[in-house]
Amino acid sequence: MSTLKKIIIDGVEVEVDAAMTLIQACEQAGIEIPRFCYHERLTIAGNCRMCLVEVVGGPPKPTASCAMQVRDLRPGPNGEPPVVKTNSPMVKKAREGVMEFLLINHPLDCPICDQGGECDLQDQAMAYGVDFSRYREPKRATENLNLGPLVATQMTRCISCTRCVRFTTEVAGITQMGQTGRGEDSEITSYLNETLDSNLQGNIIDLCPVGALTSKPYAFTARPWELRKTETIDVMDALGSNIRVDAKGREVMRILPRNHDGVNEEWISDKTRFVWDGLRRQRLDTPYIRENGRLRKAGWAEALTVAAKAMQGRKVAGLVGDLAPVEAAYALKQLVEGLGGRVECRTDGARLPAGNRAAYVGTATIEDIDTAGHILLVGANPRLEAAVLNARIRKAWLNGATVGLIGAAADLTYDYTHYGTDRATLVRLASEPVNPDVKGPGVVIVGQGALTEADGEAVLAQAQAFAAAYDAKLLVLHSAAARVGAMDVGAVTEGGLTAALDGAEVIYNLGADEVEIAAGAFVIYQGSHGDRGAHRADLILPAAAYTEENGLFVNTEGRPQLAFRAGTPPGEAKENWAILRALSAELGATLPFDSLAALRRALVSAVPHLGRIDEVPVNEGPALELRAPGQADFRTAVRDYYLTNPIARASALMGELSANAAERAKAPLADE
Amino acid sequence: MSLSPDLLARIRDASAHHGGPRAAMLEALRMIQQEHGWVSDAHLAEAAQTLGVGLAEIESLATFYSLIFRQPVGETVILLCDGVSCWLNGAEEVRDALMARLGIGFGQTTADGKYTLINIACVGGCDRAPAAVVGRDRRLVGPLSPEGVAELLEGGL
Repeated sequence: MSTLKKIIIDGVEVEVDAAMTLIQACEQAGIEIPRFCYHERLTIAGNCRMCLVEVVGGPPKPTASCAMQVRDLRPGPNGEPPVVKTNSPMVKKAREGVMEFLLINHPLDCPICDQGGECDLQDQAMAYGVDFSRYREPKRATENLNLGPLVATQMTRCISCTRCVRFTTEVAGITQMGQTGRGEDSEITSYLNETLDSNLQGNIIDLCPVGALTSKPYAFTARPWELRKTETIDVMDALGSNIRVDAKGREVMRILPRNHDGVNEEWISDKTRFVWDGLRRQRLDTPYIRENGRLRKAGWAEALTVAAKAMQGRKVAGLVGDLAPVEAAYALKQLVEGLGGRVECRTDGARLPAGNRAAYVGTATIEDIDTAGHILLVGANPRLEAAVLNARIRKAWLNGATVGLIGAAADLTYDYTHYGTDRATLVRLASEPVNPDVKGPGVVIVGQGALTEADGEAVLAQAQAFAAAYDAKLLVLHSAAARVGAMDVGAVTEGGLTAALDGAEVIYNLGADEVEIAAGAFVIYQGSHGDRGAHRADLILPAAAYTEENGLFVNTEGRPQLAFRAGTPPGEAKENWAILRALSAELGATLPFDSLAALRRALVSAVPHLGRIDEVPVNEGPALELRAPGQADFRTAVRDYYLTNPIARASALMGELSANAAERAKAPLADE
Repeated sequence: MSLSPDLLARIRDASAHHGGPRAAMLEALRMIQQEHGWVSDAHLAEAAQTLGVGLAEIESLATFYSLIFRQPVGETVILLCDGVSCWLNGAEEVRDALMARLGIGFGQTTADGKYTLINIACVGGCDRAPAAVVGRDRRLVGPLSPEGVAELLEGGL
C-alpha cells in the first residue's frame, strides 16, 4: 500500500507517494532535476551528485534527490510539511560545484565527439557550467575498452555514472562490466577485457550521458541536427518495439528506441538498432524478368503485364512473408482470393489455429509478465526470439517470479526450473494436479519452435490446458513481425502451407524468404532484398522495406501499431500495397481502394480491432481440443539470431555479429 | 592452484553469516588473501562462482581496496606507516634503512619473493611510532629504528 505524503517543492504543496524519491516527486510536480547517474529503469547509484537539492529541516547540506525518499523527510517543528528547494542559491552553487568537478577530467573535446549536440553533459554545462576553468593541473586520461563491433569507447570522457554497468548487470544480465579502482583511478572496465556478450548492449550507448560510449557503426556519419527523425515500429522480431529512425537524405543513419511501457520500455535489441546497413545492400531497385534462366532488368509496365499474363486463369497461391505490413497482406488476400487462389502466412509451418485469436495470439499482454508470479516457457528461447521481452522476464524474475522451461536449456540470463526438453513433459505438467506452491498470476509463453511440427496445434492445446489449470494467461511468442496481422486479416488456408501450394501454377511470394519453393510453378517475388525468395523468382517486383512505407503491424500480444515512412524506397521500388493495387488493375480485377487511406478503411471495416491503434484487444475463443502431441524434443525457432530475415542477412554488421557469436559458442570460457 | 575445500566452505559460511553473497564478498577476499597472500584471477573467479556474484562486481570491490592485492606480493608484506607521528619520530630513517637492506623501493618485491614493501597512511599506531604492519596476520610492530630493521626482518619484532 502506498501512503501519500505532503511536501512543499519550491513553494508549491504537492501530495506524493511516500515511497518516491525526491527526484521523482519533483518530476511529478513538473520540475526537472538535472541528473547523470539516475535513471528511472535502473537502480539508484547516487554517485554523480548533479541532482542536489536543498531540504529545509534536514542537515544543513545539499541532498542528492535521487537517493532521498519522501518518507525520510522530517516535518517542520509545528508539523508543517517538509520543504524542498530546487532553485535556491545553495542549490545553484552546489550544482555549479559538482559540474566543475565533473569537468576537471573531462576532455571537453565536444567538436570531435559524436555525442555533441545530444550530450547531457554538454547541455547541463550550458546551464550550470562556467566559461572558464580554475583547473591548472594535468588531466587524467584513461585507456579505451574494446567492447566489440557495436560500442565505441572513449573512456577519458567518462564521468563514472555507472549507468552502463548497472544496465548490463541488471537488465541485460551479463556480468562483464564493472568499475575498478577508487577515486581518480576508478575506471569503467570490462572484466579481463572481454567484449560484451549480450544482444542488448547497444542500449548503453543511449544510456551514456556523455560521449564515452558511442555507436561504432554510426561513428562520425552525422550530427543529430542534420537528421530527420521518424517515429515508427521495428520488424526485426514480433515484439513491435517502438523505434525512431533517423535519416539523412534517403539513407537511414541510425535507429534508436522510443519509450513504450507496454512493449519495449525503452530498450531495443542490437538487431533492431544496427540492422540499418542491411537497408542499403542487396536492394531490389527495379523489376526483373527471368528469361532463359537469367534475370534481366525490366520496366514496371512490362513487369506488370508479364505478371498479369502469368496469373490470368491460373491457379495462384499467395505467400505472406515475415516483414509484410498488414495492408499488403490484406491486399494480397483480396487479389489472390479474387482470382480463386489461396493465401498463406504461416510459411514456417506453424500450426496456428486460424480465426481463434485466443489461441494464435494468446490472452496475455507483454505487461502481464511484470506482475506474473510464475512464467512457463514452452519451446521458446526468448533471449533469441525477442531479446527485449527476455529482459522483461528477467525483471520479473528479479522481483521474485519463478520461471520454468520446457525445451532446450540455454543461458537466458535468469535461473529457471528445467522441467524437460520434450512434449511428454508438457503433457505431464498439464495433466498433473495443480502444484499448490505456485502462487500469483502466471504467464505461459509458447515459442514458434513448439508449433512448427505437425503436432503444433496439440502442443498449443496442452499449453492452453496448463494455463487454464493454473489460471494463467497464454502468450504465443511469434518470431515474425507480420504474422499476427496476417492471421488477423485471415491470410490463411485450411491445411497450411502445403495445402496452399498444392497444385499452384503461380506463386505470388510477398517477401517470404524463409521458405523453400519447389521447381515447377511460376514465382512472382515482391520484396525489398535479393535474398532466397528473389533467387527462385521468375519475376521480381521491387518493394519498399519497413522504413520506407507507412504500414500497420500487429505485435505478438496482438497490439496494432503504425509504422511510418522514414525515407523513400530505392530506385524503382514501390510501396507494397500500391504494387498489388496496380497489378489488380492490370488483371482487370481492380481492388476497391485507390489510396492507403481507402485500403485502411476497408481493412478496419473487415477487421475492426485493427483500427484501435496501440490497444490490445481482449481475446476470447474456444479452448483447443485436447489431443496428445508427439514425443519429440522442442526445437528453438531462431537458429541464428542475427540472420533471421533478408534485411539482417544483407547487413555486413549482422554477419560479423553472427560469426562472433558462433566463435564465442565454440570456445566458452576457453582461457579460464 | 584452486581454493581449498575448507576455504570454499568458509566462503559459503560467510555468505550465510553476513546475510547474502554481496555482503560476503569482502570477507571472501580477505580470507583468500590470508591464505594465499594475494587474490589471483583464478581465485577471484572461484570466489565469484562460489558466492554466485558477477566477476566484474567482485573485481570492482577487490580493486577498490588498496589492501586487497590483485598482484603477487612477497611472503611478508611490510606496510610502513608514513603518517605524521611516525614521520616526526624518524620514519624516514627507518624507510631508508629498510630500502637499503632489501634493495627495493615502495611497491616492490625482493627478487627472492620474500618481502614486499608498501607505504601506507596512518595505521593508528602513533604510540609506537615509527610503526609498521607486518605479515598476513597484520601484526603491528614499533617503535622501529634503523638499527632494528635487521631484527624486524628476522622476525624478532
